[in-house]
Amino acid sequence: MSETSNKTVQGDESPKAEKTAVAEAAAATATVPAPAEDPTAAGVAVVDPRLLVREEGLKGYVTEFKRKVKGGELGSLPVVIGLIIIWTIFQAKNSLFLSADNLSNISYFLSATGMLAIGLVFVLLLGEIDLSVGSVSGLASTVFAVFVVNHGMNQWLALVLTIITGIGIGALHGWFFARIGVPAFVVTLAGFLGWNGLMLWLLGDSGTINIPADSGPVHILGQSSFFMDQAIIGAYLLAGLGVVLSALGQFNEQRRRRAAGVPFRPTSEIIVRVVLLAIASFVAAAVLNNAAGVSNALVIFLASLVIVDFVLRRTTFGRKVFAVGGGIEAARRAGISVPLVRITVFAISGGFAAIGGMFFAGQTASATLNAGGGNTLMLAIAAAVIGGTSLFGGRGSVWSALLGMLVIQSIQTGLDLLNMNTSIQYMITGGVLLGAVVIDSVSRKSQKAAGRG
Amino acid sequence: MVHVSATPVLALRGVSKRFGAVQALTDVELEVHAGEVVALVGDNGAGKSTLVKTIAGVHPIDEGVIEWEGNAVSINKPHDAQGLGVATVYQDLALCDNLDVVGNLFLGRELLHRGVIDEVTMEKQARDLLSTLSIRIPSVRIPIASLSGGQRQVVAIARSLIGDPKVVILDEPTAALGVEQTAQVLDLVERLRERNLGVILISHNMADVKAVADTVAVLRLGKNNGSFPVKSTSHEEIIAAITGATDNAVTRRAERRTTEAAK
Repeated sequence: MSETSNKTVQGDESPKAEKTAVAEAAAATATVPAPAEDPTAAGVAVVDPRLLVREEGLKGYVTEFKRKVKGGELGSLPVVIGLIIIWTIFQAKNSLFLSADNLSNISYFLSATGMLAIGLVFVLLLGEIDLSVGSVSGLASTVFAVFVVNHGMNQWLALVLTIITGIGIGALHGWFFARIGVPAFVVTLAGFLGWNGLMLWLLGDSGTINIPADSGPVHILGQSSFFMDQAIIGAYLLAGLGVVLSALGQFNEQRRRRAAGVPFRPTSEIIVRVVLLAIASFVAAAVLNNAAGVSNALVIFLASLVIVDFVLRRTTFGRKVFAVGGGIEAARRAGISVPLVRITVFAISGGFAAIGGMFFAGQTASATLNAGGGNTLMLAIAAAVIGGTSLFGGRGSVWSALLGMLVIQSIQTGLDLLNMNTSIQYMITGGVLLGAVVIDSVSRKSQKAAGRG
Repeated sequence: MVHVSATPVLALRGVSKRFGAVQALTDVELEVHAGEVVALVGDNGAGKSTLVKTIAGVHPIDEGVIEWEGNAVSINKPHDAQGLGVATVYQDLALCDNLDVVGNLFLGRELLHRGVIDEVTMEKQARDLLSTLSIRIPSVRIPIASLSGGQRQVVAIARSLIGDPKVVILDEPTAALGVEQTAQVLDLVERLRERNLGVILISHNMADVKAVADTVAVLRLGKNNGSFPVKSTSHEEIIAAITGATDNAVTRRAERRTTEAAK
């Protein structure tokens, strides 16, 4: 605490501070906060060299950016840079890499493991780990197949029961961890073995159960199932919806902040953000339309991300998850029931594992012996960490599930295109994972060191 | 000395607390008035922490009465104390490193707007609170991990004020702080007094106590060992009361002589 260096302060001192309105980081999502457009609107014009007062204009953004990097608030910057590098390399090696078909493939196959990664983000935010998600996903596809094929149950009912099974399994892990005090690592390691065993037992001698995929959830999650039946408008509709909602949200936030007299983003910045989002989403939509359309699996994955992100950032439950991840004692003193949060988080992880298992079942239209086995678990954990969620708890966002999976799936598909061996894939993915954890550790250190005196 | 109201906002009358064979507190008296800073001093093991924990509801008292604004109340759990208006800032600050200042200030009592966390109002209230306390931190949206020790301390103290308490208990707020940071915290203690709060300040540092406290209550071996107005008491007298230096062979002989002389 007191080892904080005073040196870092000077970089933030602004000679023109008196002239600028006090601007502070806006919402938790804001990577770049904004100065108030009208200096009087900001109200408090306290000027103190210790305060972070951002200069106006472009220079302000640059200094703010430097401060954040120095302070270890890297966010998703490393992974975005990494993704650009990976894409550039693969595109240079094989021009098919950035083709519509290949990108469409990447987008479809990342959804299943991505679902597991969403659940893992919750667990990682607590600073814990769930090693059972791979096995639970495999078990879920088998349970679903047994319900539907062996018992002739309605597919949707079976889906609900399967997800409930996943939630129950997760809650059981959470209970052992939170109430009995068994380390989560051990509980979920036991789950990793045990649930895999249960899956094998359920599959029995046959080894594989084929699930009818003419209709129902497995059909929707299949490779040939697209949003709005491949209608060209479908992809653009989704992109447009995202852009409009984002714009509405940001302007609404600006209006409320302005009314309350706290720093808000200037209109120009919001427009830049919305335009960037619009370009990204419409280009993605156009590319996917060029191939076959937006797969339903991807749509469900993205919708889950939006919902979960909202839950984590804007609800008291999400705040509790972050609080428990940041300091158990602090959370307890604030009246948060730590065991309840832990059990809920593991239940969520189990639930998403089950949903992910359904995605895997959708890919093959079957429940197989090796479902959820192999490196599924490792890739899901790697995705969450590569995407920028800290292994030490308390820092991260669900979008890291998407970003991390983009990286991993890109490496896999890229190396497949180059006809490289799985061995190389593993080595490279391992290297990327190590790099991500190193960045995480270093940024944590620099955050501690960047404290102001 | 600031004006002090007649009825103490918090008063302990003959409070005793026993842990098994250990008598931690014996017949302790303590009064805290609104707008008064009471320094609670004593050597290690004198019972300061136990006393504070009985007020905060961590340890219910065995005997005696706790009076709140003149009425006897029972404080059996931390929730009772909070309900009355007692806020406690413990030595380990219990802040979440990863949350920003606003998030920490409102942790566990987030303001909601249509069921969603109302960041805007929370940020506004946080800024208002910090500016009325003249607390200087780089930004209310900076994670606690990036703050210095003194800044964390003031955030922790500010956090205790969110629930509008009447009495604030500060457990060693200046321990492990540098000179400048200690000054910040002491300034803040004075501002709490200006807000007409009763403050109980536990400290080992006599300089701090002399600087901000109105009254010094000395505990020794779980018993009251004097309560002194700071202005008219010397450093040495307080130290003597803490260490029990007044209670030695010389003073006992002197005492015996005076009593004998009186006979």
